[in-house]
Amino acid sequence: MKEKEIDNSKGISGWIDKRLPVFTFINHNLRDYPTPKNLNYFWNFGSLAGITLVIMIITGILLAMQYTANTEIAFDSVERIMRDVNNGWLLRYIHMNGASMFFIIVYIHMFRGLYYGSYKYPREILWMLGVVILLLMMATAFMGYVLPWGQMSFWGATVITNLFSAFPIIGDYIVTFLWGGFSVDNPTLTRFFVLHYLLPFAIVGVVALHLVALHQFGSNNPTGIDVKSEGDTIPFHPYYTVKDYLGLGVYLIVFAFLVFFAPNFLGHPDNYIPANPLQTPAHIVPEWYFLPFYAILRAVPDKLLGVLLMFAAVMVLFFLPWLDKHKIRSANFRPFYKQFYWLFFIDCIVLGWVGAMPAEGIYVLISRIATLYYFGFFLVIMPLLSKFEKTTELPSSISAAVISDKFDNKEPSTSESYVK
Amino acid sequence: MTEKDLKDNELSGSVDEEKRDFLFITTAGLAIAGGAVTAFSLIDTMNPAKDVLALSTTEVDLAPIEEGQSLTVMWRGKPIFIRHRTSEEIRTANNTSVNDLKHMASDESRVKNPKWLVVVGVCTHLGCVPLGQKVGDNKGEFGGWFCPCHGSHYDTSGRIRKGPAPLNLEVPPYDFVSEDIIKIG
Repeated sequence: MKEKEIDNSKGISGWIDKRLPVFTFINHNLRDYPTPKNLNYFWNFGSLAGITLVIMIITGILLAMQYTANTEIAFDSVERIMRDVNNGWLLRYIHMNGASMFFIIVYIHMFRGLYYGSYKYPREILWMLGVVILLLMMATAFMGYVLPWGQMSFWGATVITNLFSAFPIIGDYIVTFLWGGFSVDNPTLTRFFVLHYLLPFAIVGVVALHLVALHQFGSNNPTGIDVKSEGDTIPFHPYYTVKDYLGLGVYLIVFAFLVFFAPNFLGHPDNYIPANPLQTPAHIVPEWYFLPFYAILRAVPDKLLGVLLMFAAVMVLFFLPWLDKHKIRSANFRPFYKQFYWLFFIDCIVLGWVGAMPAEGIYVLISRIATLYYFGFFLVIMPLLSKFEKTTELPSSISAAVISDKFDNKEPSTSESYVK
Repeated sequence: MTEKDLKDNELSGSVDEEKRDFLFITTAGLAIAGGAVTAFSLIDTMNPAKDVLALSTTEVDLAPIEEGQSLTVMWRGKPIFIRHRTSEEIRTANNTSVNDLKHMASDESRVKNPKWLVVVGVCTHLGCVPLGQKVGDNKGEFGGWFCPCHGSHYDTSGRIRKGPAPLNLEVPPYDFVSEDIIKIG
């Protein structure tokens, strides 16, 4: 669709636009922006993630006005937020559950990309920037969980920072450096608070790059076929603004349900016990969004290898565009990849489940098989399928696919209107 | 879909304008209402919290303060000047003609018991704490308080007499709980 020209000679907006083309920019990226016309609801999750980031930053800034990063009073200052600050409970519950919602959204967003091959040429850097965002989110979420200075905060911080002690020779120095002392203590808390406040703004920066990279070639779509003509696209506004808006409404209902009816459902009750450096809780687990990685860590009997494998589980995502070199993007036309993909999806759920179970008996065996498949999927199945998988027949264009979906391959009657 | 197709749809009457307006107005209306309520709740967190409001009264025992002495106590994070005035100080305060004052107020209207003057020790100019509570302090030209920041002079009733401050030192709400104890706030 052809972009509307903005008249630079008229009005205040024209005057501003000539000197600072904000209105041209908005028009180009949010209004006339040509978008494939067949996007399904899985394409809502990018905008949802962006909105969640904004929610987290706003509530986070307000929380930081009330929170005190000092081991003596951190826990009490959080309880003060819950009891004394006006709507403080709401603020904290939104921020707490917002972290979980953020990961749910981003994981769905990633599985979407994995299914429809959104990481393939020419969107490799777009995908890699996404993995950078994921890493920053993990660091931010982990440090945020330490701030309330409950038992899980303290022991989570101890266990995660101790991961670095697995590295030979330098390991202990790294850990002492991270702590700023010889145990998790006040210096650790203050730097975690500063970084927890800083990193979200780094995420905003990478998100901006992510969007620049996205708008370079536009969105992928369920068929994975490139846009071939104007007829394959519709303008972003009003079609996708409305679709995103509906998705946002549904999302906020789920979010609000968690905040108002089950605010502590995803948390751990032990974190309402003040941190005690002399006693470790009997059953220590990370937040749910780290469980699959935690399971991989525990699946390996060797300390260093376990840590390396856990890091590798995220790092492998960077190489996805070169592990899966199959020409066809969408799993809809790759019968074998599709099956392995769903198996991988189940595998991640299984890893999350065993991550929450005690590391003994049958759970160890399950976590090992699941870990093996996790890496096997990326390192063996993907490269092999790239070489040998035969695809089913592809539609000739996005429009052709849409029409055959709607009319069961029958020719559409041309007079039919879908507007009313 | 091209721009022409969109235009054609609108022209052919296949767009129900009334329904579209209704949907647009209800959607935008609800979004604005929800946004406003959320914004208010979030901004309200920056207002004084319950524990801050709980500190809003202070009781002071006046018995140990000798005539001519002053005491400074904290109330809501601000200093409160309590002066046990001498009869000389009370007389000068009463003898001042109200009409000559920048901020007109009689001494009677500013005290509950003429012996005791209770004022908020914050200069009404830009919020500094005036001198005059300690023995060696500069009490200004009118024997009350003197603000060192921008040179405001207050008299023995805490009224502004000279300098840039616009108003008299504020009298906080207080009551005599008994003869020697006041409750501020």
